[in-house]
Amino acid sequence: MVKAEAVHKSFGRLEVLRGIDLEVYPKEVMCMIGPSGSGKSTFLRCINHLEKIDAGRLSVDGELVGYREHGDKLYELGDGEVCRKRSEIGMVFQRFNLFPHMTALANVIEAPIRVKKEGRLSAGDRARKLLERVGLAEKINAYPNQLSGGQQQRVAIARALAMQPKLMLFDEPTSALDPELVGEVLDVMRGLAEDGMTMVVVTHEIGFAREVGDTLVFMDGGVIVEAGTPRDVLGNPQHERTRSFLSKVL
Amino acid sequence: MADALRPRPAAIKAVPVRHTGRWVAAVVVLAIAAGIVYTFVSAPNLKWDVVRHYLFHRLILQGVVTTLELTVLAMLIGIVLGVVLAVMRLSPNPVMSWVSWIYIWFFRGTPVLVQIFFWFNLALVLPHIGFGIPLTSIQWQANTNTLVPAFMAATLGLGLNEAAYMAEIVRAGLISVEHGQTEAAQALGMTRSLVMRRIVLPQAMRVIIPPTGNETISMLKTSSLAFVAAVPELFTRSQQIASATFEVIELAIVASIWYLAMTSILTVGQYYLERYFGRGTQRGLPLTPLQRFRKMLVTFHAPPPAPEELPVLLPRGH
Repeated sequence: MVKAEAVHKSFGRLEVLRGIDLEVYPKEVMCMIGPSGSGKSTFLRCINHLEKIDAGRLSVDGELVGYREHGDKLYELGDGEVCRKRSEIGMVFQRFNLFPHMTALANVIEAPIRVKKEGRLSAGDRARKLLERVGLAEKINAYPNQLSGGQQQRVAIARALAMQPKLMLFDEPTSALDPELVGEVLDVMRGLAEDGMTMVVVTHEIGFAREVGDTLVFMDGGVIVEAGTPRDVLGNPQHERTRSFLSKVL
Repeated sequence: MADALRPRPAAIKAVPVRHTGRWVAAVVVLAIAAGIVYTFVSAPNLKWDVVRHYLFHRLILQGVVTTLELTVLAMLIGIVLGVVLAVMRLSPNPVMSWVSWIYIWFFRGTPVLVQIFFWFNLALVLPHIGFGIPLTSIQWQANTNTLVPAFMAATLGLGLNEAAYMAEIVRAGLISVEHGQTEAAQALGMTRSLVMRRIVLPQAMRVIIPPTGNETISMLKTSSLAFVAAVPELFTRSQQIASATFEVIELAIVASIWYLAMTSILTVGQYYLERYFGRGTQRGLPLTPLQRFRKMLVTFHAPPPAPEELPVLLPRGH
């Protein structure tokens, strides 16, 4: 589903990604862990072209991200094409980023109506089902600031799912939550994984990664230090750097 | 836990501190204010019956309508062009952002009076205005004075100047919206213009509305500068009458009463507009004065509620 080959990315002189190779298969849940500034969030944002990569190849579903390849030449994609591709990838942010001037329901139906040109009725129907699925059937008319952090994040997940994405990206979805509220968001994500959604999850929740993740990637300094099944990486880390990181977070 | 079971002690009753200073200050200020008002009201040469006579005079009422037209049109030009300029200013295209910068620099840096004067006298330098496409036979031309009559000159002068100020207000509003909002919208596949129209602008409105209300109120009064273009708005009308009757101050008072009335109505309108765009920013909007008044009437007759049920926003004294 996602294929990265030697992906590089710099912000000015700072090289954030220094050659990332990985592959995410359909229905796989990949969790990415690592210290702050290791490049995991940046990599996630490259997948839906919120950041542009400088070198290497990155493709989703066999199509390059942000470019079209013709012969041996690359052509940059226009705004419309980039948007169409993004609409097939859901993303959930650390700070929720719900639209504060819209109710929960309006947040969820906005993109299906405006981007996919779906009818108001069918979009509303599906939005209600999605909000019910994340346990917020009662809150459809609430504004984001009337909701707790956990509830907001669940609306944000419903909002992303409303576009019927083939891939979901989670950027530290529980890092801004009170400890008490982390569980409800992880439960929703667990349900998604069980339904066969392909997911890339940047997280600090080692427990979630162990339990739900199919693969676990440990990043540091812009490179993948170690990757494998969660059982292997957590139970039997091969690198000194992985061992010292895990000893601090476990 | 045990503390919660202890009986609540009686509320404190104490003799309040005497605020002698406050009383003295209040009396002095009121006395001065009353003195000033009395001086004017009782001025022997100030003919209040003249004020009353001209207050609803046909020419004055026409002037009020023209002032309102001028204000609405100039603000419309200002807001639309201001939004365009603000978006240009934030555009990644350097030409766009520079053109916008220069426009703002020029129109903010010269007096409105001069600008109105300029448009009004445009015919002196450009007797004809036209445009054509080089190397083709397509061209069009018109007499400047018919194309830019006095009213148009004043509207352009006021509107183009306002656009420069509105551009800065709108830009401040757009910048105030958190970048995460744009990213979240982009991640959903929304195009640049959709993100602007549906996500960023509506949120920027909360920041844009209060100064825009200010600008509108200010415009209502600045429109009196159309006097120099002999546009028959409120102030021009009042002075035309005054020049015939020599009741200058009386007619200035007539104009002032109308300006005050109009700005008061705008102030109320601004309050409700701010409320509308503030939705989602507060947990439950505060009551409007009208709602509070109704509530006061209701609670006036009803037995007083228990302290913890007391609505937070009840007017003081109840």
